Amino acid sequence: MKADPKGVLTGSHFLDGDHACAEGALAAGCRFFGGYPITPSTEVAERFSQRCPLVEAIFIQMEDELGSLAAVIGAAWTGRKAMTVTSGPGFSLMMEHIGLAAMLETPLVLANVQRGGPSTGLPTLTGQADMMQARWGSHGDYEIIAVSPNSPQETFDFTIKAFNLSERYRVPVLVMLDECVGHMTEKVVIPPADEIEIEPRRYYKGPKDKYLPFKPDKDLVPPMVDAGSGTRFHVTGLTHDYRGYPVMSADCQEELVRRLVNKIRKNADHIVEYEEEQTDGADVVVISYGITSRVALRAVDLARQEGIKVGILRLIVVWPFPEKRIRELAGKVKAFVMPEINYGQMVLEVDRCACGRAEVALVPHGGGWVHDPEDILHTIRQAAKGKGVGKGVIEYPRKKRG
Amino acid sequence: MSVSAHPFRRYMRNHVTRTTTCPGCGNGIITQAILRAIDELGLDMDDFIFVSGIGCSAWIPSPLFAADTLHTTHGRPIAFATGIKLCLPEKNILVASGDGDLAAIGGNHLIHAARRNIDMTVVLVNNGIYGMTGGQTAPTTPRGLTTITSPHGTLEHTFDICAMVAAAGASYVTRWTTYHPRQMTRSIKKAIVKKGFALVEAISQCPVQFGRAAKLGKAVDMLKHFKENSIRIDKARNLDEEALKGKIVVGEFVDIEKAELASEWARLKQEVMEV
Ligand SMILES: Cc1ncc(C[n+]2csc(CCOP(=O)(O)OP(=O)(O)O)c2C)c(N)n1
Ligand code: SF4
Ligand SMILES: [Mg+2]
Repeated sequence: MKADPKGVLTGSHFLDGDHACAEGALAAGCRFFGGYPITPSTEVAERFSQRCPLVEAIFIQMEDELGSLAAVIGAAWTGRKAMTVTSGPGFSLMMEHIGLAAMLETPLVLANVQRGGPSTGLPTLTGQADMMQARWGSHGDYEIIAVSPNSPQETFDFTIKAFNLSERYRVPVLVMLDECVGHMTEKVVIPPADEIEIEPRRYYKGPKDKYLPFKPDKDLVPPMVDAGSGTRFHVTGLTHDYRGYPVMSADCQEELVRRLVNKIRKNADHIVEYEEEQTDGADVVVISYGITSRVALRAVDLARQEGIKVGILRLIVVWPFPEKRIRELAGKVKAFVMPEINYGQMVLEVDRCACGRAEVALVPHGGGWVHDPEDILHTIRQAAKGKGVGKGVIEYPRKKRG
Repeated sequence: MSVSAHPFRRYMRNHVTRTTTCPGCGNGIITQAILRAIDELGLDMDDFIFVSGIGCSAWIPSPLFAADTLHTTHGRPIAFATGIKLCLPEKNILVASGDGDLAAIGGNHLIHAARRNIDMTVVLVNNGIYGMTGGQTAPTTPRGLTTITSPHGTLEHTFDICAMVAAAGASYVTRWTTYHPRQMTRSIKKAIVKKGFALVEAISQCPVQFGRAAKLGKAVDMLKHFKENSIRIDKARNLDEEALKGKIVVGEFVDIEKAELASEWARLKQEVMEV
């Protein structure tokens, strides 16, 4: 399906990541936005508030983030594509409803423009420390999908991707920006509507009185209906059967939750996406995502000038994690180097997949600014010796500066 | 033997053959009042979307009613309903949930939905207690009452939900007890028809948890208590605080017309299109 031209602002623009996120959503067909202002994500809401009436979309500023995601889930069940955006403390408040969205298999998009934490932390400055919260933040077992753009253009593109994935798998999809990407202004090219591929909602087409909201198709994803269309469906956050009726039993739990997890895990090969460069024959592979992937490029250039064989693996979809590829590479390279703006989150996944076959070196950063490429370069140099194999996640002391 | 079906059975799902309420619970009376209101208005279940939170009272529509029923999270049904109403302005949205759900954890959504005057009917079942979780103190628990989490009697003042929702700006605010099923039905009808935020506070008996805490005995004793202690708003207006102690003021507190949010959105859309 092609995009509805109404929401597509075709042309070349000069936009920051936050504005590009809103435009990506509108291009993807998002027609409901519910949110609560929080730096550095507020500009997404601001753009929506201005644009919504023009494209027959609804904008509502809710009383808090719990209410925002609740309204979005409600809107999504009426057949609209819907999203919210937040950061830091607001992201924490949304956790309960991420779980509900996963349980009700509600397609929606949540953008988190990450800032430094914990708590109020660094409201105006960057961070990448919500990566594990994105994956595990709500209670219970479930899977979500998360993507990580590194530029305003990618924020536009990946927000569309996020909507498409959410419809394809009936799952909440997180766009994990960071403050740098959200607030940097660059050229964003918005293509004509007929060049934007849109995943339509998977609608149930059988007789109205036979609809089973949670009976999956072969790919483990059940088709949906719109509220108000006469199928008289029931949904609940309680463990439920195909009909959506609550069933308090271990058997029902096993069937339902196993499927919620498997519909992403078993389809991971179709979902996982990353970018690779010069990993063939590399001694060191630098793994990164978001703004850090752009900073890492400088370090990789410098390392290559020194003759070190460095490859790059850049995560586009961060959850599910590209397990298979990291395992393959672990058998071939001496070391993985992972810079991230936290004290070690996605690097734990790298270490898990490396299985002690390659060194895993973290270049941490507490947030507030991006890495100094020199710090990454310094770690690449040490890691190229591959002496830390089997030692878990290691960190090299920062190089002293004169 | 011939079995005659309850006249409202047709509003219920075929496969649902029992409810989760205890014998004597007021939820049965309130369920009837809701269905009777829909019946008397001649509306179809497809005209409605029911949303509830978490607690015994949240099970009133869920999964019983043969309609779209969304059983959501504790305290948040009004926020879900807000998203639904803005997208489906032509539908009647009815939220049914408890006092803990809507006035404690979800109190802020109640306030702001009333302030926005978004068109929905909220049936708030006030049994003065957290029924589902085993009889803990609620913001609505009478001051001094001994409950599981106030073994020395609650020290806190009791919430006047209607006064709060009226102050927040709702179009329609009313309170009845389960001793007043006819009046309650009439008010639910008005609430459904009202273009704006409409609250029906239903004072209800929880004989199992509240009854035990208050030593009020069985459901019938609690209904008698409602009968003897209810006082109409028009009479209550002339009484002082002392005379109103322990009384339940019932009746219509607010019934006004004012701009409603979903219609305001429609108006904005129209204006933008004309520009
Ligand atoms: C976030 C959250 N906190 C607490 C609970 C536990 N809980 C379930 S029902 C309930 C109280 C329900 O009381 P009320 O809304 O008055 O409903 P009643 O059972 O009295 O009808 C609580 C605290 C929960 N489900 N979710
Ligand atoms: S515990 Fe109380 S409120 Fe809950 S179903 Fe039983 S009587 Fe009703
Ligand atoms: Mg209660």
